[in-house]
This record gives sequence, structure tokens and C-alpha cells, in this order.
Amino acid sequence: MRLLYFAWVREKTGIAAEDVDVPGDVATVAELIAWLKTRGPEFANAFDRAEVIRAAIDQNQARHDAEIGGAREIAFFPPVTGG
Amino acid sequence: MIRVQHEDFDIGAEIAALKAGRTDIGAIVSFTGTVRDAADTITEMTLEHYPGMTEKELERIEKEAHARWPLQASLIVHRTGTLRPGDNIVLVVSASAHRDAAFDAARFLMDYLKTSASFWKRETGPQGSKWVEAKASDEAARRHWSPLKDAAE
Repeated sequence: MRLLYFAWVREKTGIAAEDVDVPGDVATVAELIAWLKTRGPEFANAFDRAEVIRAAIDQNQARHDAEIGGAREIAFFPPVTGG
Repeated sequence: MIRVQHEDFDIGAEIAALKAGRTDIGAIVSFTGTVRDAADTITEMTLEHYPGMTEKELERIEKEAHARWPLQASLIVHRTGTLRPGDNIVLVVSASAHRDAAFDAARFLMDYLKTSASFWKRETGPQGSKWVEAKASDEAARRHWSPLKDAAE
């Protein structure tokens, strides 16, 4: 599964994109975040305030309770500030 | 039409292209957002986006505006990369037979773009650099528009 990080989520994790093998029992965005936080202090820090982080599954914004089964690309980013 | 680009845009040229050869347009409204530095705190603004998804979101917002108002044409241009105070950031143009639809649609496009399109601003100044935080007032502005009941999809 391809994971993308944008804005301060990217800065805190230290990477923009990576391909990962997600454990089979990780079923939702929230569970994916919980698993990511176990991968090291920079991930624990990036996802510390998980409730403010937005997610997208295959380029569609998704809630944290959305299922990730079959997803090719999941992105994490802060609330948007364009315009 | 929507475009995401680093290059600046020429508002007059964009409007001229939008209405070229057409006589069915009676009202054109444009909004331009620029980099503000009211208190000498910003030397640079960097805009990041999510290539692929951002464009799809802008297309969705534009499509919804066309579902709500009788628009003859519309345009959203959003810049990315590093910009400086005074630089253009975003251009929204809406064209209709009459002014009401054009005014309302331009405002709608901006209110939705602010809260639903994947762009992130980072400001740099003498004190350092920080990510701009989302404003509750932008979310309130978007909520001002009630959901479209019979929207496509």
C-alpha cells in the first residue's frame, strides 16, 4: 500500500511517500494511524493529535472509521488552507 | 476549467479567453486572492498540494457550481510553490447571462475551495516558518451554502 504525507504531517514523519505492507488486521483509517504510531518516534509525534489529521483513500477524502481494504493509496494531511 | 500551476496568471487574458467568440454571456465576476503581508511578518509563502486529488476536487467544486447556477463558463486557477507578498495565489471567474448567478457562483467557488481543496500554506518571515492553520470562519462560510439536494452522484 502506498502512503503519502503532506504539509506538517510530511515534515514530522520526514518522508513524503512510502510503500508499506500493512498488517492484515488493520481494517480502518483509525487503525492504520494507530499502527503507524508504533513505527517510531517521528510517526508517534506526527500522529500525536490524530483527530486533527485528515485522510484520503485513493484520492477521496475519508473519515477515520472508513475501511481501507483494497486501497492502493492512502494520504494523511492537516486541514486544508488554500485559496 | 480548472488549472493548478506555479506560473502567474493574467486576469485580463484569462477573462478574454473565457468569453472569446461568445455573445451569450452578460455578466462576468472574478475573484483574485493574493499573498498578504499586512504587518511585515511574511517574506515568503509556499503552497503545497496533492497532485491528482487537488485537481479532482476543484473539478468537483466547479461541477457543483454549474449544478446550482446557470453558468455559461467558469475558471479556477490556483498557484503552488513559493510566492511572495503581493503575488497572485488564486483566480476564480464565473460567467452567466445575469449578474446574480455570476456573483453567487464566484463566492461559492471560493468558499468551497478554501475548505475542500487540498492546498496547504506555509508562511516564512523574520521569525521563522510556520504552517497556516485552518480558520473556523472559512468552515462557517462554506456552511452558509446549503447542500444541493438533487446533486449528481
